[in-house]
Amino acid sequence: MAPALFLLLAFFAGPILWTVWASFTNEALTGAQAADTRFVGLDNFERLLRDPGFRAATLLTALFLLGSILGQTVLGLALALLLRNRHGAVRGAVGTVVVGAWVVPEVVAGFVWYAFLEREGTLNALLGSVGIGAQNWLFTAPLLAVVLANVWKGTAFSMMTYGAGLSEVPRDLEEAARVDGASGPQVLWYVVLPLLRRTIATTLLLITLQTVQVFTLVYVMTAGGPGSRSTTLPLLMYREALSLGDLGYGTAIALALLVVAGLFSVVYVRMLSREEQA
Amino acid sequence: MTAPRPRPGAPGRPRRRVAPVASPGRAAGAVLVHLILAVLALLFLLPLLWMLFASVDGEATLRAGLPGVPTLDNFRAVLTPEIVYRPLWNSVLTCGGAAVITAFCSVLAAYPLSRYTLRFKRPFLYTVLFATGLPITAIMVPVYGLFVNAGLLNSLPATTLFLAASTLPFGIWLTKNFIDGIPIALEEAAWVDGASTWQSIRYLVAPLLAPGLAVVGIFTLVSTWGNFFVPFILLTSPDKMPAAVRVFTFFGQYGSVRYGELAAYSLLYTLPVVALYVAVSRAMGGRFALGGAMKG
Repeated sequence: MAPALFLLLAFFAGPILWTVWASFTNEALTGAQAADTRFVGLDNFERLLRDPGFRAATLLTALFLLGSILGQTVLGLALALLLRNRHGAVRGAVGTVVVGAWVVPEVVAGFVWYAFLEREGTLNALLGSVGIGAQNWLFTAPLLAVVLANVWKGTAFSMMTYGAGLSEVPRDLEEAARVDGASGPQVLWYVVLPLLRRTIATTLLLITLQTVQVFTLVYVMTAGGPGSRSTTLPLLMYREALSLGDLGYGTAIALALLVVAGLFSVVYVRMLSREEQA
Repeated sequence: MTAPRPRPGAPGRPRRRVAPVASPGRAAGAVLVHLILAVLALLFLLPLLWMLFASVDGEATLRAGLPGVPTLDNFRAVLTPEIVYRPLWNSVLTCGGAAVITAFCSVLAAYPLSRYTLRFKRPFLYTVLFATGLPITAIMVPVYGLFVNAGLLNSLPATTLFLAASTLPFGIWLTKNFIDGIPIALEEAAWVDGASTWQSIRYLVAPLLAPGLAVVGIFTLVSTWGNFFVPFILLTSPDKMPAAVRVFTFFGQYGSVRYGELAAYSLLYTLPVVALYVAVSRAMGGRFALGGAMKG
């Protein structure tokens, strides 16, 4: 176990501890502070709470999360339900396209969506053909653009987990409800979804953990702009710590991200451990 | 659960488990479902079409459209050591190295976790699971600070080690499940026959574990191959950058963009990971897909 422990301690536990420590200092990459790193107590956190940029980024992150989770869950569940009982060829074709979006590297997904949404892009060409005027979607609706791209990229995962969950729902139950006269939506709402509760909870958590750290997609598509209208927390962290060189303040943001993700992760672990003991 | 009121009888309508297309209503429903599926599939395909078309279009723009005269000029233009070969080789080195290290360390860590009753087993396992949930993005700033202080910035081996560490929690978790699936009776039989622990691992467990390890390795390869942020932060000189970063810096912030070449490069960079993904999902029969999207 020694090599694994060494790697995990050096590159995981180490940085996390360092994050906690550095967030209390004024560590910087350049300038006078770089030579003389001091302990500044809670200054970074005070600044964090007063910083309108941080508040805006938190709000944008929350919206980005909400949109992505909602989109991926609804679309993934819908695809999983629609694909059930379909012919193998249909499942294969649709599945391949959706999973294809998931497998494509994030940078490429960013390029592809940039090309799709830009003023000269495909979407405007399509809209133009039905008489809707062109606009630069990345400029007019940057957050919506990155949410769409993230939903496009992530839906395959929830489609697959819900597909697997659905395959374990006993057919007899649904059939029985149908015989009793339940309509399709009623069967879905009262029979299928309650049985999927666990799958849905796990998937929601995993999507959340995945989405909270998305950097590349947003960076490639909008670089956080225009202005800071799509600057989510990872982008703010990158700008403060690595572009502006204020490591101390950047790590304070990183710590905020870690704490949020850590809380979700704890919930996830507890959920799984309870399941194991049950 | 409020069950809908049962409708007894309804003699004229026999409800049987028959082929769903039996009634006209259901047939119309099936058509509708297929229509919706087709539209959804098209929506998912649309953004990708640009990459496919533009890569063989000599005068590609941002607009997806069938190229007038298909050409391989874009590929010819980017297939140079500086633009494609070197970055791809760097990707192979770092991601391949990370895959090997992760697979190796995962076995060493997972074997005792699966086979022995250790005092700290459960807490350790849950810590590992917890770590799989932590965002790599958030620890990049401290890791950057660590690399600067240790003089490891712009070092391919150090970056490889970090990539390996970042996929290790999931690797350990996956490997432990694989080892749990190998019956311990086999090893006990070997021990009775006088084999040492190490011998039983080497001649019994390792061969049985090989397919699982291949999955762990390929999983690491796929997830690190697409990773942009880590090398973007930790590597600085162009000749060390893997394809993920090179494709971004080379085509800049769309300054003097030759879109056709950008599409061709994107395609070249995407293909290996798609091939690997197909290989694994075939080998795993779909199970791979479930654990997949933990890390971006």
